[in-house]
Amino acid sequence: MRTKAAAYPYIAWGMLFIAIPLGLIIYFSFTDSAGALTFDNIIRVGKYSNVVVKSVWLSAVSTVICLALGYPIAYYMSRASAMTSRTLLLLIMLPMWMNFLLRTYGWMSILENSGLINQFFGLLGLGPFHLINTQGAVVLGMVYNYIPFMILPLHSVMLKIGNDVIEAAQDLGASPRHVLTDVVIPLSLPGIKTGVILVFVPSVSTFVISQMLGGGGNQLIGDIIELQFLGNAYNPNLGSAISFVLMLIVLLLMSVTGFIGDDLEENLI
Amino acid sequence: MRMKKLSGTYLGVFLAFLYAPIMILILFSFNESKGRTFTGFTTRWYSQLFSDAAVLDALWTTLVVAFVASIVATIMGTAAAIGLNKMEGRSKTLIMNMTYLPIINPEIIVGVSFMLLFVVAKNLLSSVGIPFGFGWITLIIAHITFNVPYVILSVLPKLRQMDGSLVDAAMDLGCNHWQAFTKVVIHEIKPGIITGFLMALTFSVDDFVVSYFTTGAKHQTLSVLIYSMTKKRISPEINAISTILFVFVLVVLIVVNIMERKTLEKQKKAREYQLREGGI
Repeated sequence: MRTKAAAYPYIAWGMLFIAIPLGLIIYFSFTDSAGALTFDNIIRVGKYSNVVVKSVWLSAVSTVICLALGYPIAYYMSRASAMTSRTLLLLIMLPMWMNFLLRTYGWMSILENSGLINQFFGLLGLGPFHLINTQGAVVLGMVYNYIPFMILPLHSVMLKIGNDVIEAAQDLGASPRHVLTDVVIPLSLPGIKTGVILVFVPSVSTFVISQMLGGGGNQLIGDIIELQFLGNAYNPNLGSAISFVLMLIVLLLMSVTGFIGDDLEENLI
Repeated sequence: MRMKKLSGTYLGVFLAFLYAPIMILILFSFNESKGRTFTGFTTRWYSQLFSDAAVLDALWTTLVVAFVASIVATIMGTAAAIGLNKMEGRSKTLIMNMTYLPIINPEIIVGVSFMLLFVVAKNLLSSVGIPFGFGWITLIIAHITFNVPYVILSVLPKLRQMDGSLVDAAMDLGCNHWQAFTKVVIHEIKPGIITGFLMALTFSVDDFVVSYFTTGAKHQTLSVLIYSMTKKRISPEINAISTILFVFVLVVLIVVNIMERKTLEKQKKAREYQLREGGI
């Protein structure tokens, strides 16, 4: 068929600009600067194991907080009138239209030692509290930037849960808690899965949030990758090896949650 | 009742959390001093912004890259979706998996992989005497690549929903292949193409990470410029940019919303009219 040929330019483009670049990451991971095969880079990533653990831990905490804070909001929106739900959706998405560097910069001026929170406490004669350049500030930045990615998939899954299903459970004598644990949560599981991936992946690979809100003392995987490619420590081989490990972490999470599979397409849209 | 009050309060607190940094940015864009206390009203930072050559250059770069990349990605992605729709089996699965890669991969990996490719290409090309450097071309290639998957994923469902016999009908009525394609297929999948284009445009304008790794020394995108500005910390010009962007998006969204509501009302009126006339 001739129609299939319409996809050929894209296939060529994808080979050149999607497949080969990823192949280059793997190639650079296992070679030295002269191009000889080596495992040194991968072994050297071990030196950064504390950074890897910290990144995974802070992202996991942020993901759990996003789920806990976002779940009630998504549920409320799915039960509200079409008008209310539409307005809320708009209000939640609107900040995402503002550059995320700027939003994070906004948090800097709130959390700084001479920032707004400390000015407020200063009026009461308290503080200043050390808020910025802490792990807490990094988690706050992750939650703030990525919580819409948790709420949106949850909301679209919950819209499909009919009120009749919930009423049926209530009629059959389920308490509000059982309606939640036995009906709503199981039915919203696909949304939870997508939300977890959409929050965890950008969190674990960020370098902007950790640089702006974490100071120098809270380096994450993204920071050390950036350092190898654009920083003083230019070493694309080591940088590729760390990127390779990051890719493995993401793939592992996706296969554990069953995100990759036959329904991948459904999960993404 | 108590439940309702509780959820209302919670929503209020959440929205305050969401908008706090934005409101702070806007407030301080009008602050006379560079410090963190409000000393007086000024619009100095706005006038400074518009005479800042670096900002204007970055704005221009951002818009050119976003439009060129989105247009190319929309054409290539629509064609790819049409071809993919006819494919089956392992080759289709393989290509679809390749398409998902830029979406599910962390942005930093995508950015770094491009940087490696362009560095290797630069070395190869300069050894045969062709000059190649980081700049508009690398930015546009990278943006096209991460935009195409969104176009494919918004056009494919429309193709699947399309009634295949429509094309046959058009050809029975005397269309040739090309006419059937432009008059029927394109018309049917238009909403998907438009969604894909708008998504591509939004992602391009908003992108920081991939641009950061593929930009040259000469031309930066707005996000990359903002990033270098935040490193210097205090510069109320950043606040002025944010305010302008925020107000711009707000106006666009309000206009779109009003337009949608008007079309809905028109449709409703038309339906009512039909019902009355039809005597149902």
